[in-house]
Amino acid sequence: MAKKKNWYDYLWIASSFYILLGFFNILFAWVGLICFLVPFIMSLTGGKKGYCNRYCGRGQLFSILGKRFSKNLPIPKWLYSKWFRYGFLVFFMTMFANMVFSTYLVFSGVNTLREGVTLLWSFSLPWHFAASAAPIPDWIKQFAFGFYSLMLTSTLLGLVTMVLFRPRTWCVYCPMGTMTQLVCKAKYKD
Amino acid sequence: MKKTAILETNSCVSCGCCEKSCPRDAIAVYNGIYAKVEQELCIGCGLCVKACPADIISLREVSSIG
Ligand code: SF4
Ligand code: SF4
Repeated sequence: MAKKKNWYDYLWIASSFYILLGFFNILFAWVGLICFLVPFIMSLTGGKKGYCNRYCGRGQLFSILGKRFSKNLPIPKWLYSKWFRYGFLVFFMTMFANMVFSTYLVFSGVNTLREGVTLLWSFSLPWHFAASAAPIPDWIKQFAFGFYSLMLTSTLLGLVTMVLFRPRTWCVYCPMGTMTQLVCKAKYKD
Repeated sequence: MKKTAILETNSCVSCGCCEKSCPRDAIAVYNGIYAKVEQELCIGCGLCVKACPADIISLREVSSIG
């Protein structure tokens, strides 16, 4: 029995466009903040984990691509163990803070703008082709490069684990998912 | 013998993949913390078992009561 489709069942299109647009103009990376703020605000304001279940375009994308490309094998137990999930959340947030700090260094004039994307927190890729010539402060552009690096890295991790294991393996260790679950645990402990 | 879905609540990551897959709305994430099965609604089709990325749902035979 197929369930009736809602508008939000098509958010995977937006998620795909998001990754694509980063190849053309890095400033689009800012839009990705929605995927950080909305789940968090929803969990805080009584929406529980509704974001994961309804509006997460990335999860939908993995479901769709996974139908064709996933080996659909059981995931290793450690991947959904609490220490890995919480550890990954802490690591991810540390990297996020680090990126905000790099933005600050550009804002304060200590560093100059670096037009590159870093994959997996290690591999620097030149990304001049998507640099923006807009007459705006450099820190805005620096944040875009840094944030897009995070988004591209996490998409890549999600794609690799999608192929190796279940389509939505990413959901198991997604930092936003772990964080919103923690918010719910704190809010509704029974 | 009727079958029903059961899950390891403690390992649930509350992703909601099971909820999306269930044709009977028998499984849903409770308070954003873990998924719960409503045994009266569950028909034991096993779709949620396949949908769960953490592989923590399984089917168990239950003797129908009443
Ligand atoms: S076994 Fe089928 S009916 Fe029961 S909870 Fe899972 S998907 Fe729903
Ligand atoms: S799919 Fe599995 S991990 Fe996700 S909410 Fe359902 S039971 Fe929990």
